[in-house]
Amino acid sequence: MIRVALPLQLRELARLEGDLEVDVPPPASVRAVLDEIERRYPSLLGTIRDEATGQRRAFLRFFVCNEDWSMESPDAPLPAAVASGVEPLLIVGAVSGG
Amino acid sequence: MSGVRVLVGTRKGAFICTADGDRAKWDISGPHFAGWEAYHVKGSPADPDRIYASQSSAWFGQVMQRSDDGGKTWNAVGNQFAYDGDPGTHQWYDGTPHPWEFKRVWHLEPTADNPDEVYAGVEDAALFRTTDGGQSWHELPGLRTCQGPQWMPGAGGMCLHTILLDPVNPQRIFIAISAAGAFRTDDGGATWKAINRGLHSQHIPDPTAEVGHCVHRIARHPSRPDVLFMQKHWDVMRSDDAGDNWYKVSGNLPTDFGFPIEVHAHEPDTVYVIPLKSDAERYPLAGKLRVYRSRTGGNDWEALTDGLPQENCYVNILRDAMAVDQLDSCGVYFGTTGGQVYVSPDGGDHWSTIARDFPAVCSVEVQTLP
Repeated sequence: MIRVALPLQLRELARLEGDLEVDVPPPASVRAVLDEIERRYPSLLGTIRDEATGQRRAFLRFFVCNEDWSMESPDAPLPAAVASGVEPLLIVGAVSGG
Repeated sequence: MSGVRVLVGTRKGAFICTADGDRAKWDISGPHFAGWEAYHVKGSPADPDRIYASQSSAWFGQVMQRSDDGGKTWNAVGNQFAYDGDPGTHQWYDGTPHPWEFKRVWHLEPTADNPDEVYAGVEDAALFRTTDGGQSWHELPGLRTCQGPQWMPGAGGMCLHTILLDPVNPQRIFIAISAAGAFRTDDGGATWKAINRGLHSQHIPDPTAEVGHCVHRIARHPSRPDVLFMQKHWDVMRSDDAGDNWYKVSGNLPTDFGFPIEVHAHEPDTVYVIPLKSDAERYPLAGKLRVYRSRTGGNDWEALTDGLPQENCYVNILRDAMAVDQLDSCGVYFGTTGGQVYVSPDGGDHWSTIARDFPAVCSVEVQTLP
């Protein structure tokens, strides 16, 4: 079980309360986690990554165990602490706006 | 008694304001899609309970919402807007080629007789259509063959912001793009022609070019579908032949820069504009918020001020932020970037405030309810 922290706007869009928990087969990766999130919550399609290209949206970043994973390959295996649910995968929106 | 439902899109969500036919006491719900930009919210003429909304954000992209109960509840529908084939490039601000990229939906236009069929005008400029209630959207790519590589964005982006469906001829559609101009199809969207003859734009290299004009809005009365009124970047224009030729009807307006233009529900020659000082200073002249009304189809305009602030008002009124209802005494509505939404239940003679402190208003639409 992997814990995923989504920005408030996406939790509201998906009608989620609190963190999201997903199960993906090992080796867990960002791509596998996002595939599962979008399968369960189709309203989130296109909001984290482009539907056509799969590219992460520019104003979002991925953090794992205090490290910025935004530029990692989406197929890179997530650390064991994340794959086991000890640490969350953080999906963070840029702190900006008006 | 019949009533109205006013659909307001703002920079921080959508609001729904309802009132009876007096249009004096308002119930407001919202913000719907709180924190997201609601560029446009519009109801289906075929089913007033069916409402579509364009919800977007720089962080999370485009979301499309649909309500089947008059805006009480919403469900996300399809949000993939894929151009048909390789869209190539258009001109960037500096004249260099720039790849066509979808950014957001600016305008939604449900058809008159099918609540599942909606046209969507998007940035970068293209026209899409759904026939399954918003689950899937498909481009009508013929439009981009009208010199698309020569189109250039206006300051707000290269947006397709106006869609007029012909009430008589279902094959005819008018659209407008900033800053490409106006276009018309007579075969349901397969082929298009630029309809900009008579427009004169001093800020482009060829002031009378076939494309490249910054058309801000087009409106018409359904009983006279060939008579069109246009608010251009500068100039208020009129066409009597479905856009084939345009002529200027700015007349005695104090300035003819502005964004929205609307036509009275029952008087085809009664037209409304809201002049702004200039393109460099996009707020009302002298801080006085004045709607101008022509009862003669242009040229002769009168200022409408009763109930509107006449000092220290420096708001903008965006192109999709004006609407009229269909009640016997035609109501006129508009919203400002200062967050005010105004209503006149008597065709513009007297104005009052529906909301004073909304976020900046992007769009105003109104449904006339039975």
